[in-house]
Amino acid sequence: MLKSVIKMEFEPKLVGFLCKWCSSAGADLAGVSRRSYPSNLVPITVNCSGRIDVSHVIRAFRDGADGVLVSGCHPGDCHYTSGNYKAWRRVALLKHVLEDFGMNPDRVKLEWISATEGDKFAQTVKEFTKEIKELGPGPYSNVKERE
Amino acid sequence: MASKPRIGVFICHCGENIAGTVDVTGLAERIIDYDDVTFSTDYEYMCSDPGQNKIKEAIEEEDLNGVIVAACSPSMHEETFRSAVEEAGLNRYRCEIANIREQCSWVHDGDGSKPTEKALRIIKGAVEKVKRNIPMEPVEREHSDKCLVIGGGVAGIQAALDVAEAGNEVVLVEKEPTIGGHMAQLSETFPTLDCSQCILTPKMVEVNQHPNIELMAYSEVKDVSGYIGNYSVQIENKPTYVDPDACNLCGDCEDVCPVNVQDEFNQGLTSRKAISIPFAQAIPSSYTLDEEACLGLNPLRCSKCADVCDADAVDFDQSSKFIEEEFGAIIVATGYDLYPKEKMGEYGYGQYEDVIDGLQFERLLSATGPTRGEVRRPSDGKVPKDVVFVQCSGSRDPENHNSYCSKICCMYTAKHAKLYKESVPDGNAYVFYIDIRAGGKDYEEFIQEVQEEDRVLYLKGKVSKLKKVDGKLRVWGMDEIAGERMEIDADLVVLAQSIIPSSEAKDTSRKLNLNLGQNGFYKEAHPKLRPVESLTGGVFFAGAGQGPKDIPDTVSQGSGAAAKAIEMLSKPTLTHDPQVVEVDEDLCSGCGLCISQCPYDALEVNSRGVAEVNEILCEGCGTCASGCPTNALSLKNLTDEQLTEMIHAQIGD
Ligand SMILES: Cc1cc2nc3c(=O)[nH]c(=O)nc-3n(C[C@H](O)[C@H](O)[C@H](O)COP(=O)(O)OP(=O)(O)OC[C@H]3O[C@@H](n4cnc5c(N)ncnc54)[C@H](O)[C@@H]3O)c2cc1C
Ligand code: SF4
Ligand code: FES
Repeated sequence: MLKSVIKMEFEPKLVGFLCKWCSSAGADLAGVSRRSYPSNLVPITVNCSGRIDVSHVIRAFRDGADGVLVSGCHPGDCHYTSGNYKAWRRVALLKHVLEDFGMNPDRVKLEWISATEGDKFAQTVKEFTKEIKELGPGPYSNVKERE
Repeated sequence: MASKPRIGVFICHCGENIAGTVDVTGLAERIIDYDDVTFSTDYEYMCSDPGQNKIKEAIEEEDLNGVIVAACSPSMHEETFRSAVEEAGLNRYRCEIANIREQCSWVHDGDGSKPTEKALRIIKGAVEKVKRNIPMEPVEREHSDKCLVIGGGVAGIQAALDVAEAGNEVVLVEKEPTIGGHMAQLSETFPTLDCSQCILTPKMVEVNQHPNIELMAYSEVKDVSGYIGNYSVQIENKPTYVDPDACNLCGDCEDVCPVNVQDEFNQGLTSRKAISIPFAQAIPSSYTLDEEACLGLNPLRCSKCADVCDADAVDFDQSSKFIEEEFGAIIVATGYDLYPKEKMGEYGYGQYEDVIDGLQFERLLSATGPTRGEVRRPSDGKVPKDVVFVQCSGSRDPENHNSYCSKICCMYTAKHAKLYKESVPDGNAYVFYIDIRAGGKDYEEFIQEVQEEDRVLYLKGKVSKLKKVDGKLRVWGMDEIAGERMEIDADLVVLAQSIIPSSEAKDTSRKLNLNLGQNGFYKEAHPKLRPVESLTGGVFFAGAGQGPKDIPDTVSQGSGAAAKAIEMLSKPTLTHDPQVVEVDEDLCSGCGLCISQCPYDALEVNSRGVAEVNEILCEGCGTCASGCPTNALSLKNLTDEQLTEMIHAQIGD
């Protein structure tokens, strides 16, 4: 059944690491205001975007994700003051690592989404899903493997 | 989990909110096949009493040791469900919420089977997490009940009184010989024009008499160590060389003292003696001998004051006393200073005697000031007939001075112009301004009154230059509304100097490990939601040290900081979220990289050369765990293993 779905349209698998104080609350607001977006992204809420390191994102790719979103509070607004700056640096580093491995760095996206930005959350997922659809399956995509 | 995981999954319909989009019954049937799930069910409203009872019953009957509630956002009912599992005898962290409403059903309506598939993935992730959650209990610590207040301006006074009234002991440390701060220097206060000292001095007396307050004036905090609830503080009480209990304020010493120095309380407009009292109602109510100005504490050198004192209050043998005490909470209220006029090149670098700052003008207006409240200019004591007030002097000028707005100058300048006009009705008052910011209660009305009834001429524009020409102070400015250049020959110019943090703020922030914002004011834990707390647990802010403020805001913040301190001190023990980081000593290489990652100073490398976490200070962000090169640190209940398994469950097939 999956096979036929892929032939119709590639439906990427995306993971979203959302910090609990801003971005996950923003995603909740998107829900409360019924801003619909594609269901490709599965959220994982963490305390702070600073909790996410390179290995977690790589793990997601190894497990078959086609794209990974890391989202935290806007600079200066992190609940723990500065975790998002660390996430910022780590994602920048990660993009280089991905390039070294021959992967497109655009498969990772870092976005600042506050608790009041439900629209921005919905829009971000929409755009990210579209971008990854255009890029096609990732190197370890379990969508592709099944083809 | 010590015993084999037995997880129950409870799927909520939320009426049609979830069930209308997600196949809840199908989910319950499918999730039962997932590893370690031994029970699953769906129900209309899990949060209702019958819903919660279903969970409690299943925990008992099915011998569950973990619970997933697939429902609305954890921000709605995580607490409800965690309490429910606790009532059924499980640790609260044996319960996790799978958010399948806000982050699933509500945003994927009309997507066929997709929301159900996504919900399944979310639930699987939660199962992987909960089965690895360890039971945790809040971390508890004893604490001291005492509160230290640093700074005895109106902020510190208010905070000290509130905390003391709640029954806690307070030590109030003030570096000057008297409490009162800048408010004691003010003449009358906007917008109601009540006399500043008249409303302040009763509070100062109350501080002095309160059984729960120990006032340490002329004192300084030397050293602070410890953490929330248990700060150990060393305070130096400097010698005043006068016994405050014996001093009867006769003033004979002052009359005979031969040394004249600038009077700080009158902003240098007059002089005082080496032995003096800042103002008549000063608290503590006693003279202070200024060690640096005195001819020498040796009785052979001068000793005039000691000789004349009938009360035998002068004591040259006093020396500093050092006091060491434990405090549970600390309120920092070190206040503000004015941006020095000497930095204003465009306005003559402070070299003209008749170009004064706002606080000097307050002293000229004050009935207790050097001119007994008559407006007379410093150079020759004449009553000035043309007075120019310059707002935003040193503020809102990122190129040359401070970029921020000092917030209170619009108001006090209007007050100055009004009081001047009342004192010199035939005089002319001109105010140069960029904008008028009068956002406080009854403030706009006050400005209107000054502009209309007191006939003060408001000129929108900046003053570009100021110079002495033919004995007058020539002010070059712009009247943007008329589109004209202005030249005014003034007798007196009053600069509304920018409010800057007290010169003590840097030193205090270093001692207490506080953050300063880009303009040097104390940085609060959260600009909107935690405005009186610092990021250092148990340390709170009050007053203008945290940002420019008028008296009503200062007093509110003083009470706010006090309430926060009382809230903390009133608890029998301090508890702390147990989700903190732990160290695997076998993996830790002692590199210390984590120390710089932590915003709360919760980590150190101990004497055994491994990282150690202070569980009271750690807020559990997990940043250090992600930065540790040897993976020695892990955040409890969000470990790398948990994250990895969650990712696998949510993405893998
Ligand atoms: C010209 C002018 C006119 C004003 N007029 C008005 C008005 O009419 N109405 C109004 O509402 N507001 C007015 N204000 C504002 C008012 O002065 C402030 O809101 C108020 O004084 C702030 O109080 P505070 O306690 O925060 O600070 P401060 O008054 O600055 O007090 C701080 C205290 O802490 C002490 N201190 C500092 N560092 C240490 C340390 N390390 N250890 C121990 N002690 C320390 C200082 O000696 C001082 O006593 C005016 C301000 C100015 C400049
Ligand atoms: S988890 Fe955050 S607060 Fe706790 S020790 Fe690590 S960096 Fe500091
Ligand atoms: S809490 Fe949101 S990024 Fe740190």
